[in-house]
Amino acid sequence: MSFFEKFKQGLKRTTPTFYKAFGVVGGLFSGKKLAQEDIDLLEEALYGADIGVETATEILEEIKAAFKKEKELRGQDAAAIGAAVLRRVLAGAEGKLPEFTAKPEVIALIGVNGSGKTTTAAKLGRMFQDKGSTVLVGACDTFRAAANEQLAVWCQRLNLDLVSSHQGADSAAVAYDAYDAAARRGKDVLILDTAGRLHTKHNLLGELSKIRRVLEKRDAKAPQHRWLVLDGSIGSNSIEQARVFHKQFDLTGLVITKLDGTSRGGALVGIYREMRLPIYYVGLGEQPEDLQPFSIESYVDALFNLKNPAE
Amino acid sequence: MFENLTDRIGNALKNLRGQGKLSEENMAEALREVRTALLSADVHFRVAREFVERVQKEAAGQEVLKSVTPGQQIVKIIHDELVKLLGEGTQELSIKRPLKVMLIGLQGSGKTTTAGKMAALLKKKGYKPMLVACDPYRPAAVDQLETLAKAVGVAFYCERGSKDVPKTGRNALAKARETDCDAILFDTAGRLQIDSELVDEIKRLKAVVEPEEVLLVADAALGQEAVNVAKTFNEAVSLTGLVMTKLDGDARGGAALSMKAMTGVPIKFAGVGEKIEDFDTFHPDRMASRILGMGDVVSLVEKAQESLDQAEAERMAEKLARADFNFEDFLSQMRQVKKLGSLQGIVGMLPGMSGVKIGDAEEKKMARTEALILSMTLQERRNPQIISSSRRARIAKGAGLPMLDLNQLIKQYQQMKKVMQMMKGPKGLSRMKQMAKEVEAMKNQKR
Repeated sequence: MSFFEKFKQGLKRTTPTFYKAFGVVGGLFSGKKLAQEDIDLLEEALYGADIGVETATEILEEIKAAFKKEKELRGQDAAAIGAAVLRRVLAGAEGKLPEFTAKPEVIALIGVNGSGKTTTAAKLGRMFQDKGSTVLVGACDTFRAAANEQLAVWCQRLNLDLVSSHQGADSAAVAYDAYDAAARRGKDVLILDTAGRLHTKHNLLGELSKIRRVLEKRDAKAPQHRWLVLDGSIGSNSIEQARVFHKQFDLTGLVITKLDGTSRGGALVGIYREMRLPIYYVGLGEQPEDLQPFSIESYVDALFNLKNPAE
Repeated sequence: MFENLTDRIGNALKNLRGQGKLSEENMAEALREVRTALLSADVHFRVAREFVERVQKEAAGQEVLKSVTPGQQIVKIIHDELVKLLGEGTQELSIKRPLKVMLIGLQGSGKTTTAGKMAALLKKKGYKPMLVACDPYRPAAVDQLETLAKAVGVAFYCERGSKDVPKTGRNALAKARETDCDAILFDTAGRLQIDSELVDEIKRLKAVVEPEEVLLVADAALGQEAVNVAKTFNEAVSLTGLVMTKLDGDARGGAALSMKAMTGVPIKFAGVGEKIEDFDTFHPDRMASRILGMGDVVSLVEKAQESLDQAEAERMAEKLARADFNFEDFLSQMRQVKKLGSLQGIVGMLPGMSGVKIGDAEEKKMARTEALILSMTLQERRNPQIISSSRRARIAKGAGLPMLDLNQLIKQYQQMKKVMQMMKGPKGLSRMKQMAKEVEAMKNQKR
């Protein structure tokens, strides 16, 4: 399956509102004036994707302006305009991993509870392994009941090395041990799964800083990659989450999970607008291979249903 | 950052004051602000639109136009309408015994944690709960629930290795009958509402278990997707209630409104923290304030009541009245405030302050003040006037802080004492008011 297909399949479950607003059928805006219902329909589709008031307004304004010039504007033309705006807003948002220079190169996954960190840790591990890197996973979520076991099952399933401790252990100590083990075993990549924490919990954010401090003892730059894992079905609060974690932990990128539902993860647009954090991967399903690199082209096309509008 | 809705509407209407009349245009502008506010709080587009129409009707009937502060009045109408909408329907659980509850929802919404919390709540109410693990898919989900069951001290049932969830449900019921458990909670796997296979599974489980309550557990921070989730699950298994989780975050929580408005299913519970006891009945008025970005004073007051020592507070009030206030009291006050959580959290709950950021600097300052006071002897704390320059040097050294910090603290103390002296006696209040006026005048001069 081509990458685009995968993306599209993940995002395929139609958004009826998008289809209605931007579908190819009929000249949606064939009147002399853009009817209020048409605007409502467009707005509904745009807001429905969680892309935020700012971007939605920007797209709408451009469509309105285009309509002023061209009264025969059709749904698909409007979609093309919207896609162009979104591409412009997202320009540079594709995360490209540089060549790894450290050994091990450390990736820390952080995020609020239930965003999908543990699953992402396992899937990432498998992906790097498939690419020929050696991987070790560190289970730094020592808080949630059975988080260790969850990661252990994944690692066993995907044949990944794991360093873990018991519930209630010091997460920074686990991080240190994991680094130590990765260094001794000559691993290329160390993936740290941390406990979920709401960004409003001050003391828990402090724990994250401690993990970083402890790792710095071994490698001043570790963790080189500090990724925020975001649930794609969460709305505008994702932006606030990103803001706080970014301030506290100096994020280097994002992973957006659970994009296989009908949600569109539009909050990433708002985050990129504000913080310029690149998006590295998106989760498009439950299987390990469903974690895919983020592609603006595919994301925008799938969102506006450009490649195959009749679908 | 989104500011206070009251301010925004106030701005939209501010040119009106004095003219006494509110044009339709102005009103429309105010309502546009309301709509934007709702949309940025993740309220579903259609719900926001319908809601604004509702408010418009209500506002027209109430002659807002004549009001002195039309902005505030409109906000009040909106707030009241929100409370009405959010609070409709019964929030009580079914009183049947045995009580069977099914928890369903998306992945990561907090079902398992909710199951544990709910078991604790029911146990407190006199039930004998049993937690049943019906998630054979997520690795270690069963272990997580088992750990929670142990922590709460309730019965636990699972069938490891079996993927036949309805069968597990049936056997669990039999086991519950045997062991006299009268509240049986079924923790199901997270699933997408469009995953027909898994939705079919909960339908079959429901048919076997015949639960009194089918609760949808949803993250309060859900985006526009919330509506699809609630609608689809409701159509599939007829929900009896919603549980909003992670309300201890700062999500505005428009999802709650969207789901309630689009399905009519009442919101029954709210998850408000990581601990087992952080679980509460749902308060529509607080949610309304939250959605509107109006702060959450009620929660702050409650939190204060919970964590502050009543007797201590009364003793302090008395001391203040006598203007007899020393560093011991200063320390005790500071520690009381600290119990409420981070300063940022407290400020965030104040109306109109949701956008105000308190950095680490203020938190650190508090820690330094504490260190300084702790470096004083008991005598010095009680009688600050004895703090001589040699004592000052010792205290600053003991706290590891520059003398400047200590001097500042002492100065601050002296000022506070002065204010209290002024407040003493029958004329205290009027003197205070006078002082407040002077301060205000000074500020205006500066401008």
